[in-house]
Amino acid sequence: MELPRYHRLRGAYYRLEGSACPGCERRFFPPRAVCPSCKTAGLGTVAFSGRGTLYSWSRVVQPPRGFASLAPYDVGMVRLEEGPLVTAQLADTEGVELAIGMPVEMVTRKIRDAEEHGYIVYGYKFRPLLRPGGAGGP
Amino acid sequence: MRDVSIVGVGQTAVAEHWDRSIRDLSVEAIAAARRDAGVERVDALFVGNMLSGELAGQENLATLVADACGLLPIEALKIEAACASGGAALRAACLAVGSGAHDYVLVLGVEKMTDHLTDGVTSALALAADADYEAAHGISFAALNALLMRRYMHEHRARHEEFAPFSVNAHRNAALNPHAMYRTPITVDEFIQSPVVADPINILDSAGICDGAAALLVAPSSEARRARRPPVRVAASVCATDTLGLAERRDPLVWQAVADSARLAYDQAKVKPKDIDLFEIHDAFTIVSALTLEACGFADRGSALKLAAEGRIALEGDIPIGTMGGLKGRGHPVGASGVYQLVECVLQLRGEAGPAQVKGASIGMAQSVGGSGSVAVTHILAT
Ligand SMILES: [Zn+2]
Repeated sequence: MELPRYHRLRGAYYRLEGSACPGCERRFFPPRAVCPSCKTAGLGTVAFSGRGTLYSWSRVVQPPRGFASLAPYDVGMVRLEEGPLVTAQLADTEGVELAIGMPVEMVTRKIRDAEEHGYIVYGYKFRPLLRPGGAGGP
Repeated sequence: MRDVSIVGVGQTAVAEHWDRSIRDLSVEAIAAARRDAGVERVDALFVGNMLSGELAGQENLATLVADACGLLPIEALKIEAACASGGAALRAACLAVGSGAHDYVLVLGVEKMTDHLTDGVTSALALAADADYEAAHGISFAALNALLMRRYMHEHRARHEEFAPFSVNAHRNAALNPHAMYRTPITVDEFIQSPVVADPINILDSAGICDGAAALLVAPSSEARRARRPPVRVAASVCATDTLGLAERRDPLVWQAVADSARLAYDQAKVKPKDIDLFEIHDAFTIVSALTLEACGFADRGSALKLAAEGRIALEGDIPIGTMGGLKGRGHPVGASGVYQLVECVLQLRGEAGPAQVKGASIGMAQSVGGSGSVAVTHILAT
């Protein structure tokens, strides 16, 4: 990933920042400028909690270029407790039987192979919360 | 708007054309369409293509094709709408001819994918997804469809093998099409045992990587009698859009752009789903066929698998889909697929589809979908 682009994405990638609409209260991830519901422009920034449940998942066997070192890896769509869905890689899934509806939480991890510029691209992934109420749990 | 007709069609075989370039394929398809029409005049060229920049290192593609075909100095533009590029190119031609800006317009769909290894093509196809929030996370195109498929299986208590009829039907029809890539019928067992791409999607859920070009000559219906072949009317031409990111929809299992474009097309053509004699569906993945049949009003939510299991999608069924093999059986040269669908639909309506002929076909629908249902172009053709 090009460095300026990575820099622009840091709010969303590190803090799971999205947008909140002052007109209709809807919240969005990823961030957007205009509310698709009530058409209010200039939405405010909101950071999501990173807690949610698994909406769907897949194990990618045939990776795109730049992801060979991670393959096979699990990806999912997560329903955040604030409402939005997020598509992301899943982390720490070894030995875990994934299931739709299971609780997950955001973690920050390396999201692709190392690149020529030498910077490692980090971003959000979601890991299963196996012990609700335990360390890191809600 | 003036009434618009398709007066000529042409296509190359869909295959791994190792010895042929994007230029060679384009020239062959265009020459075939012009020969078919028996009309010399061409006023403009619209080229549907998704990946020439990424995979062939070539943009400014429409000018290259116009030059290669000896058509300079006509207006020539590339139309890009991901995998819906082919349908979008006919849409552009309909606007141009319908408005009176041009009379005879060539529509070309072309894609050259097989010069690259699978990881390169996988990355290129992911360009149709959201670059920052899907592709950058290693979410391949197959993975997005796999996420939809698992959710569909969860909500409707379906098993993976229940998607087999879509693939089996596509291969059975492709075996009847001399231009198709996969001319071998497959069994349900072969479907089940096929290698996984992104669980639960396997190779036989997915349309293959290939090369090909297809072309149409479009003219005002009032002029269409001058052509050599019986003209086929464009009764509806509609494009609709939805969010680029799959996760940004209220319900990812509702393909709203597909539904909107089909509904508006039915209104334009003054038909209902039951009037459609054949449907050239965008079956890039089996799950796409299921969601599309539901969005277009051929099946209620959650009942598309039942419709397929009952054989209603076969050539002899009440809603035949992918009659010449579809994307799955014919092959899916992405930006060209939409034009292949239209060529096949025209052949069906002229009664020239050979052993794949749907008896008495007079109204056909062809739908080209880009991204994970984020842009849908629907055409209804009629005799
Ligand atoms: Zn709003």
